[in-house]
Amino acid sequence: MLKIKNIHAGVENKSILNGINLEVKPGEVHAIMGPNGSGKSTLASVLAGREDFEVTEGSVEFLGKDLLAMKPEDRAREGIFLAFQYPIEIPGVSTVNFMKTALNKIREYRGQDALDAVSFLTLMKEKIKLVEIDQSLLSRSLNEDFSGGEKKRNEIFQMAMLEPKLAILDETDSGLDIDALRIVANGVNKLRTKDNATIVVTHYQRLLDYIVPDYVHVLYQGKIVKSGTKELAMELEEKGYDWIKSEMEVA
Amino acid sequence: MSVTTEKQSFSQDLIASAELSQFTEATASREKAFEDFKLVGLPDGKHEEYKFAPITKLLAKNFNADELYSKPTASNNDLSSLIPKGLGENCVVFVNGVYNKSLSKIKNTSKVVIKSFVEALESHLHVVTEGLTEIAESKDPFALLNSALWQDGLFIHVPAKATGEEPLYIYHLHDATEKKVASHTRLMVVVEKHAEFSIIERTDSLGKHPVFNTINEEILVDENAVFSYCKIQDDHGDLIHVGNTTVHQKKSSRADTYTISLNGKLVRNNLSIIIDGEGCESHFYGLYMTDGDTLVDNHTTVDHRKPNSFSNELYKGLMDGKSKGVFNGKIYVRPDAQKTNAFQSNRNILLSDTATINTKPQLEIWADDVKCSHGCTTGQLDGEALFYLQSRGIPKDTARAMLLYAFAGEVIDAIKDEHVKNYVDSIVSERLHKSY
Repeated sequence: MLKIKNIHAGVENKSILNGINLEVKPGEVHAIMGPNGSGKSTLASVLAGREDFEVTEGSVEFLGKDLLAMKPEDRAREGIFLAFQYPIEIPGVSTVNFMKTALNKIREYRGQDALDAVSFLTLMKEKIKLVEIDQSLLSRSLNEDFSGGEKKRNEIFQMAMLEPKLAILDETDSGLDIDALRIVANGVNKLRTKDNATIVVTHYQRLLDYIVPDYVHVLYQGKIVKSGTKELAMELEEKGYDWIKSEMEVA
Repeated sequence: MSVTTEKQSFSQDLIASAELSQFTEATASREKAFEDFKLVGLPDGKHEEYKFAPITKLLAKNFNADELYSKPTASNNDLSSLIPKGLGENCVVFVNGVYNKSLSKIKNTSKVVIKSFVEALESHLHVVTEGLTEIAESKDPFALLNSALWQDGLFIHVPAKATGEEPLYIYHLHDATEKKVASHTRLMVVVEKHAEFSIIERTDSLGKHPVFNTINEEILVDENAVFSYCKIQDDHGDLIHVGNTTVHQKKSSRADTYTISLNGKLVRNNLSIIIDGEGCESHFYGLYMTDGDTLVDNHTTVDHRKPNSFSNELYKGLMDGKSKGVFNGKIYVRPDAQKTNAFQSNRNILLSDTATINTKPQLEIWADDVKCSHGCTTGQLDGEALFYLQSRGIPKDTARAMLLYAFAGEVIDAIKDEHVKNYVDSIVSERLHKSY
């Protein structure tokens, strides 16, 4: 599904990613862990197409297509979804209208007819249950005056609506209390199928208790320095990132 | 010869040539206004209130002095196409500054008096002359010029307790297909105690010759009366417009004004709100969305003269191309006006490197127990917000339109009348190429 080959990327001559290789297959959950500043969020941003980052080397193939050549909106229409670490507040645009526009633009891209108001509402109600989000929030301005938990739940609601093939959760656990974390993780798990894949970017192991990964990769200084199964996450939790750092320094 | 002296001479030409003897009505007030005008003349680039609006320069470039007040000419074209569909059921139409009976349709009940200003001078002389005092005291050069040279106008009298009246549309249309036009009109509205009324005013023109239009508007909102006023400035010609609007509020009255400026060569609005009673509420909104080389200059003043009143001002601007925006917002709170709440906000987005905005809040507060705030922001379209929308599959141009529409929407949503709101919404949406 996703083939990342030797990606180098950065901002204004500052290199952040220094040769990332990763392959994600349908049905898999990959966790990307690492200390602050290791490049986790940059990787997520590069995949979603944020223009602030310049890719200087390498390639990314998504479902056989050159992902890096695509505009952010086309990546989304091909099936990439980024759940933002800091979802932005947009006064004057309600989540409902926003989702209706997004969904219909994606359907248009895929040659499908636009959803009428009734079908859209039915779909929305179904997804609302999945992520346990308060419906009244969705008619308000997007994320405006939402709590941290509400913002993250709104991200998962959008993900449920758009049914991506590859979801990238960028530090979705940050700022969440344990109950919100459980609800968000539950939503993600219910959306998992054998045909879609998830990349979970996180600093801490605790989210992985709820979203169980097939593979865990540790990012350090812009490279994947260690890969393993969920046990690697447990080991990291126990020993801390200094363990990786000192190991790297020895090498 | 320097540019400054050229402009001075243009002003002098106007003073020397203007023939007030062509007018037979209100001659005394015209003469007084013209004497006052002579003292100030047309504003040059150094005039504090007009330093960003080169009106005199534009006038000198496009008109001879004697063309600024020549007798209005009739139009040979059908201007009914300039009246938006569905918004001409209850309307008064001015063509080249003169009340046009055949295009006007008045549906308001006989309780509401709607007549030409000249007629009102005879039938309602007392009301008209009493109401004229505010604007007669104005030192604005164009208000004075209008007071001296006005050609026609409209008088509206809403008697006490008259409610449920249909909103009245006033169209100021100009036919500049064959030659340039200058027009000077007046509007006077008296909304008596406990009455409610709303007016929508729109300017537009046909043809590409220059149009110069001044309007003096005086509105009296008496005790417990409610008044709403929406100006839609979407002129498709080469319009130079100066409006002087004074809203005088008495005890416990409410006034809502909306100034939506979308097109024209140079549009200058002087809006003055006088809060002359306790318990008043005043909301005034502005939206200017400009492109090309349009200049929109909003000067607003709210003058709190009595205690316990509330005013809220929100002006928002979206400027593209080489267009210019100017905002000047004055808030006066007089010593007597304790417990005043006055808020002002001016927010701008510049959409090109060549668009400009000059914004200046001016607060003068003499009372000590008041709540006043002001704020102004100028920025560009939020790149983070744009990326967020794109990352959900929305194309960049649609995302951009959504964000701009949301920005403008705050003003549009404040419009209470559904017809007007829908109309403004439709022209703003069209402007943004909103296709979602």
